[in-house]
Amino acid sequence: MTEHDVVVIGGGPAGLAAAIAARQAGAQDVWIIERDKRLGGILQQCIHNGFGLHIFDEELTGPEYAQRYIDLAEEQGVHAMLDTMVLDITPDRVITVVNKKEGLQTIKAKALVLAMGCRERSRGALNIPGTRPAGIFTAGTAQRFVNMEGYMPGNQIVVLGSGDIGLIMARRLTLEGADVKMVCEIMPYSSGLKRNIVQCLDDFGIPLRLNYTVVDIRGKDRVEGVTVAAVDENRRPIPGSEEYVPCDTLLLSVGLIPENELSRSAGVELNPITGGPVVDESMQTSIAGVFACGNVVHVNDLVDNVSTESAIAGRAAALYALGTFDGSTPGITVKTGPGVRYIVPNAINLARVEDSVTLYFRVDNVYENAALRVSTDKGVLFNIKKKIMVPGEMQHIKLKKAFLEKQGDITEVTVEVAGEEV
Amino acid sequence: MYDVVIIGGGVTGSCIARELSRYELSVCLLDKEEDVASGTSKANSAIVHAGYDAKPGSLQARLNVEGNRLMEDWCAELDVPFKRMGSLVLAFNDEDMRELDNLMRQGEANGVPGLRIIGKDELHAMEPYVADNAIAGLYAPTGGIVCPYELTIAAAENAVVNGAEVKLGRMVKGIRRTEAGFDVETSQEVVSARYVVDAAGVYADDIAAMIGDDSFKVKPRKGEYCILDKAKGYLARHVIFQPPTAMGKGVLVTPTVDGNILVGPNAHDIDDKEDTATTAAGLSEVLSTARKSVPAVSERDVITSFAGLRAVSGSDFVIKPSDVDNRFIIVGGICSPGLTSAPAIARMVAGLLRQAGLEASLKADFNPIRKDIPRFREMSDEERQKLIADDSAFGRIICRCETVTEGEIINAIKRPIPALTLDAIKRRARAGMGRCQSGFCMPRVMEILARETGIPADEITKKGGPSRVLVGPLNKGVAYDDRA
Amino acid sequence: MTTRNITCILCPQGCNLEVTLDDGKVVQVKGNGCGKGKTYGAEECLDPRRTITSSVKVIGGEHPLVSVKTAAPIPKAAIWDCMKAINAACVEAPVRIGQVIIENVADTGINVVATRNVAKAGEGEEACI
Repeated sequence: MTEHDVVVIGGGPAGLAAAIAARQAGAQDVWIIERDKRLGGILQQCIHNGFGLHIFDEELTGPEYAQRYIDLAEEQGVHAMLDTMVLDITPDRVITVVNKKEGLQTIKAKALVLAMGCRERSRGALNIPGTRPAGIFTAGTAQRFVNMEGYMPGNQIVVLGSGDIGLIMARRLTLEGADVKMVCEIMPYSSGLKRNIVQCLDDFGIPLRLNYTVVDIRGKDRVEGVTVAAVDENRRPIPGSEEYVPCDTLLLSVGLIPENELSRSAGVELNPITGGPVVDESMQTSIAGVFACGNVVHVNDLVDNVSTESAIAGRAAALYALGTFDGSTPGITVKTGPGVRYIVPNAINLARVEDSVTLYFRVDNVYENAALRVSTDKGVLFNIKKKIMVPGEMQHIKLKKAFLEKQGDITEVTVEVAGEEV
Repeated sequence: MYDVVIIGGGVTGSCIARELSRYELSVCLLDKEEDVASGTSKANSAIVHAGYDAKPGSLQARLNVEGNRLMEDWCAELDVPFKRMGSLVLAFNDEDMRELDNLMRQGEANGVPGLRIIGKDELHAMEPYVADNAIAGLYAPTGGIVCPYELTIAAAENAVVNGAEVKLGRMVKGIRRTEAGFDVETSQEVVSARYVVDAAGVYADDIAAMIGDDSFKVKPRKGEYCILDKAKGYLARHVIFQPPTAMGKGVLVTPTVDGNILVGPNAHDIDDKEDTATTAAGLSEVLSTARKSVPAVSERDVITSFAGLRAVSGSDFVIKPSDVDNRFIIVGGICSPGLTSAPAIARMVAGLLRQAGLEASLKADFNPIRKDIPRFREMSDEERQKLIADDSAFGRIICRCETVTEGEIINAIKRPIPALTLDAIKRRARAGMGRCQSGFCMPRVMEILARETGIPADEITKKGGPSRVLVGPLNKGVAYDDRA
Repeated sequence: MTTRNITCILCPQGCNLEVTLDDGKVVQVKGNGCGKGKTYGAEECLDPRRTITSSVKVIGGEHPLVSVKTAAPIPKAAIWDCMKAINAACVEAPVRIGQVIIENVADTGINVVATRNVAKAGEGEEACI
């Protein structure tokens, strides 16, 4: 069985950043295992711009951002197995992979980084009733057809879900000649960036219907139309509000699910709210030597944050492989209070923190003129006033090591929303 | 001119074709869709019933029990997954208990072996996730599950390998009786045969009417289903029924041969024989009724849902030579337990044809064995390694949810009844049946299909006809366009 | 004097801006929660611009298309002419990131550039390390 120092599963932005950081931290033998024929992950099909504003101080498209990291990885001597699928991971970091060239192989990793990204929620998982014609796509699959294969998925489009992928595709398809009739969003607010609402919908006169969902699909062979309906405060369709919209395509942008099937077989503990592994400040999971980063942990808004977080994971994995990783148990549990849906990381080992630790979290509703309160088991640390917080935008708070050490022997840090709510 | 033309490529017609292909006969199987198993045979409970719920003395009772017995051999020969894990009918109160007694007596009268009533403790030991208030169960050890569309495909493939012809995309428009037999006018050509077998499912009465036989009517009864994620496969180990109602066997909770949980069906009579849409009320009804048996069934775990139409005609199967012309064999009203009965129906129909004057000897070289596509996902590491060494296409995973390889998809495309649509590939190779519902594999399967068949990517369909997946290429390079 | 109502996109607040224009000049911006919003309001009214990303046909490449972008935001009014030019264009492999595909698209003075590498068919530049 082959052995490598650090094995990274997934060659998207998370895996690339982790692998590079692992090499920079001194790991000798770093391998990325990627199922597609090229590195870059989902960025390869994200041909729109908006990436890299923080990391490169430039506005790049997905493929350009990916290429920067691919070039860096090459410079750093990261190895990659392409067109290779991971079939299984055991709790003691033995990975079974398969590809055409070498067949089945088992690889032992001194340290493992999980960077598998996420999948899209399907029509079936949403239980949308109706017929089962051709013409129903998740936004990401449609994006692949348009941007990688060069085909139009449809001409008359209804989009369900106002997440960024749906908004981006609404614009993309419009520019390529389709008629995007509307975007329906079941919540009273959009989960996409404001900038995308303006530049993808308003610019093209595409209506956004908040508090709306699709309740039926018609068409025997190909979609012929969908029925949309308004929903009440419990997200239930309001009888009498139904409206039939003729179209030939339904695009779904209704949720990303971290892809943790392999994490499950490895025995990694998952957070039921995020669906991703529970991790500490070094992005280590519940299994020593197994780290995780990127969308497989929690769905990020900005790839820049993924790169930063993944570098932490990669560095820690390298130290673990080299035997210099501080293996003591984290002393501080990170908790969510009212208003906060989930938070990453879930634990902090202060001894392993170099300078600071950044907490990433999402609120569970729209909050105006509220505050974020950070407290410990000893009391409130501080409040930060926030004019506005929405679930669609990731929040973060940086805690300096020195500041935390000054608090004494704390065992818990809690983040919550305090003050006025919407 | 064929000896026999079978109208309907569902499980019934395909099993009849296979049975007839044992004999020195020319057989043609017709179906209006682009693949066999495109109707109810792909949208049912997949249960191999023990046979206690059919009325003693009925065709259903006799053929259910015989089919149940034959299923083991047929599935072994045809390499179709079949698991005889037993079924349970739950009782929640005294009235239900009386119903269990009825079923038990009925089963014994029908010749069903091994039936027994089990008490609360044994029931909960057998099924830890069954509702607390289930007080007893009727256990039928011969009950089980099968893959219904695979049985259909396997039987049809085996028939083809043994000389039968399968013509797809043939809608029957009219049938003319002649001296020699019948001229069946299809949407493509006229198919002539000495005998006709009408196994056309919900359309069996319409087909029979084409020769003037209106002795039976088929009313479609819709049943909706939900499939739960494999991660919840532990919720049931046997087929779990509730006490039956006038409309049918009720909502069941069962494992599938692939490890998912299948929940359903409800039962609502409809008029439109093409209406296989699911409904919000129906899906809700199915899930909430299922929760009476297994409370942990949740919509959060549903990965897909679908509906099938039962071909209901009165209270029994209608299997007989037509009074209008005894060379026309009616195989109508094949609703539950039709799937279980299929091998027995096939034998019965062969007998009816013989009685109607069709004589033929058995083929000396009939090959009963059909091998399925190699299932990478079920193999050991050693078996996988050998498979890839023989053909490297098995080293590339295409469907990541179900671990289906490129080799399996190519195999599906090149089989005796080639899979040329996404749904045909899905039914044979399982690509697209996982939790992401083809979100990941669809572009890759299409690439392989285009490459292997030469069908342009934007002409590939989901299920034939106008069901194209893509509408065309991007409008690029127009100034350099060399496309005519 | 005209007044336009637009939504600021710079932060999730999405302030509703009221921009008063007179004779092609911005007279007043109201409703902005910060200074950046004021600038955005003015620019969006006087000279709204967008970066366009799309794809261009590739001849003889390992991929049929190359993803492209306008090297800088172009005037909103030129979007459809820009798309026409992109759809008419064609480039021969190999293509490098940053390579100019269309010069001065739709007379905007801005180029359309490639955003990925596309090798010649068969000379697969695998992003392999």
